[in-house]
Amino acid sequence: MSLNLTQIAVTPKAGRPLFAPLTLVISPGQVATVMGPSGIGKSTLLDAIGGHLAQGFSVSGQAVLNGQDLLTLPAEARRVGVLFQDALLFPHLSVGDNLAFGLAQSVTGRARKEAVDQALEQAGLAGFAARDPATLSGGQRARAALMRALLAKPLALLLDEPFSRLDADLRAEIRRFVFDHVRAQNIPALMVTHDASDADAAGGPVVTL
Amino acid sequence: MKPQGRALRAAVLILLMGGFVLPILAGFGQTAGAAFGYLPVLGADSLSLEPWRALFALPGMATSLRLTLVTGIGSTLLALVLAAGFCAFAHGRMTASGMARLLTPFLAAPHAALAIGLAFLLAPSGWIARLVSPWATGWDRPPDLATVNDQWGMALILGLLIKEVPFLLLVMGSALGQLPLRQHLAAGRALGYARGVTWVKVILPQVYPLIRLPIFVTLAFALSVVDMAIILGPSNPPTLSVATTRWFSAPDIALILPASAAALLQIGLVLGAVGLWICAERILRRVGLWWLRRGGRGHPTEPGLWLASTATATLMAMGLAALCALLLWSFAWRWSYPDALPQSWSTKFWLSPGKGWGEALKTTLLLGLASTALSLTLAIAWLEGEDQAGTPRAGWATALIYLPLLTPQLGFLYGLNVVFLQIGISGGMGAVIWAQMLFVFPYVMIALSDPWRALDPRQIRAAASLGASPARRLFAVKLPMLLRPLLTAAAIGFAVSVAQYLPTLFMGAGRIATLTTEAVTLSSGSDRRITGTYATLQAALPFLAYGVAFLIPAILYRNRRGLLGTPT
Repeated sequence: MSLNLTQIAVTPKAGRPLFAPLTLVISPGQVATVMGPSGIGKSTLLDAIGGHLAQGFSVSGQAVLNGQDLLTLPAEARRVGVLFQDALLFPHLSVGDNLAFGLAQSVTGRARKEAVDQALEQAGLAGFAARDPATLSGGQRARAALMRALLAKPLALLLDEPFSRLDADLRAEIRRFVFDHVRAQNIPALMVTHDASDADAAGGPVVTL
Repeated sequence: MKPQGRALRAAVLILLMGGFVLPILAGFGQTAGAAFGYLPVLGADSLSLEPWRALFALPGMATSLRLTLVTGIGSTLLALVLAAGFCAFAHGRMTASGMARLLTPFLAAPHAALAIGLAFLLAPSGWIARLVSPWATGWDRPPDLATVNDQWGMALILGLLIKEVPFLLLVMGSALGQLPLRQHLAAGRALGYARGVTWVKVILPQVYPLIRLPIFVTLAFALSVVDMAIILGPSNPPTLSVATTRWFSAPDIALILPASAAALLQIGLVLGAVGLWICAERILRRVGLWWLRRGGRGHPTEPGLWLASTATATLMAMGLAALCALLLWSFAWRWSYPDALPQSWSTKFWLSPGKGWGEALKTTLLLGLASTALSLTLAIAWLEGEDQAGTPRAGWATALIYLPLLTPQLGFLYGLNVVFLQIGISGGMGAVIWAQMLFVFPYVMIALSDPWRALDPRQIRAAASLGASPARRLFAVKLPMLLRPLLTAAAIGFAVSVAQYLPTLFMGAGRIATLTTEAVTLSSGSDRRITGTYATLQAALPFLAYGVAFLIPAILYRNRRGLLGTPT
């Protein structure tokens, strides 16, 4: 299923729209990139699609995924995963429990533990289930965060500058890891970034706000 | 506003209006009516100025008024100066967590326990006199000096300072955290201003607006404090608040009308003092700007800071010694003057809870746990409502939270009890819990608001994007992450409940005895060993609560480095 954005515009309570209305079709397995100067509202665009818009902003247009307009649904019902600049693993849960938090409730019993262990293994984190997330390295945290997002079985993924805090070597590695998973899951992804190399690596359509 | 948030907010608002604002207004209304001769319960049903005439004809009224103003305004002013001086001195010499550890005992200790300990320390027959006698003073019997209950209220001011300076240091500390302190100090000193004068000219003017409300709370409290004034203040005539309490509980019910007038006068005094304070602020601002523009580099300010810091350190030392004195006396058996320590020790009072303290302890615990749990639930509902609705707190809501802290308790508690009598709940535990919550809830709310807002909203969005419903986000993400501040807020609330005197006295209609009411009653001249037991217990409960609030997260989250940061 592709993500169809039609004439999306975000407007602050008192003011003009942040950017010209955006229309974009992202097909499954594709990573589209939104670029533009700081403060233009790139992250706000992702907030609008994910359902996390702060009070005082309104969004118009349509974001259709799986035949449904996302903009009318509460965030938790949209099935749109988000990766942020920081991994944002929950500090009170172990690495394994962080992943279990994301895992869909339809998976029950022994299968839950297996799903978590399998995801950890894919992320090169086998045996890390009981670890404190604060003890992970930056790259490990980023991989765990992606796994947590994917275990929720999202229908689309939003990437809010997820590589900008990583140093150059790690950046390429994590980027490849994330993009490979997007392709493997065959879901559309929308990325916001400052860095042209991110857009090149994504290979999908590039929009400049 | 999102509909879900609206329902929760409406529920919280209705509870607060019905449970907090209405009772305070009703209590105030009853009091005001009685002050002008209208209290049908007593058969007084005509408006007149007679209660006021009766009030001002009562003996010692003028002295009471003067005492109240001197001790209330004097202690607040002194506390502010000392706290500012100590803050300037300690900054850079002390870490924030070190400061927090230093302040906690003074913030936790209830006023009554501290006051009793201070009386044990300072009295002519107290510990200090015993320590220096007879070798230094030649006293072999307690001298005839009024070191406690002195007619100028010095002992009361001292007691208030021991509680107020740490409180102001706490609020100053959190205000300083919001300022680019290091840069401003560096900028000031690079321009040739000495450290101390940079504080006074650059930092304090920025801190002051942030701590203004807590200063007003301190001022209102100092002007209307009852328990500490009974224990440390002059007794004949006492401060206005103590006199008013006496008149309210006098056997002669004719005194209730002038007592109501006095309660109203108490509110007037607080309003007047705050007005006066604001005028002084304006004048000081002008003088300060004139002084600032002259550009004096003021090298000789350092001795001032040393003086303030030494005074603050002395206050803290006395506070700690006071708490030790409580413990000492509770274990003493024979202790004749002027020995420095008891000749023989005993655990007699500790081993006989049946003599009264067991029951009082149970009641205190029950009241504290109930009022804290309810207040915490309400505070969480309020904050979650704000989150779900996505709207920041309105100014009136902040005012609502501070209302019970800025209004003298005497101003509405007796009237509220009249209302409680009419609906038939006076004298019950429910009534006391309700009345205590008026003061517990604001402190819980104030303690919890900042850490709640400091939570990274992206963390909550991450949970939402993983499909977590608002309820799951609250219970599985927010509350566990906020465990430490939640428990700290609960400990503060519990300490506030344990320290309550007037609400228990009035709403309990004399039938509900807590450690606090018993300790205050015993403090006037009965056996120090028994009083010491009650006061030690009263002081120990808040310490215990703080200890639990520290230990639970430390144990639960021993493997969670991300949550073991500095306590908030």
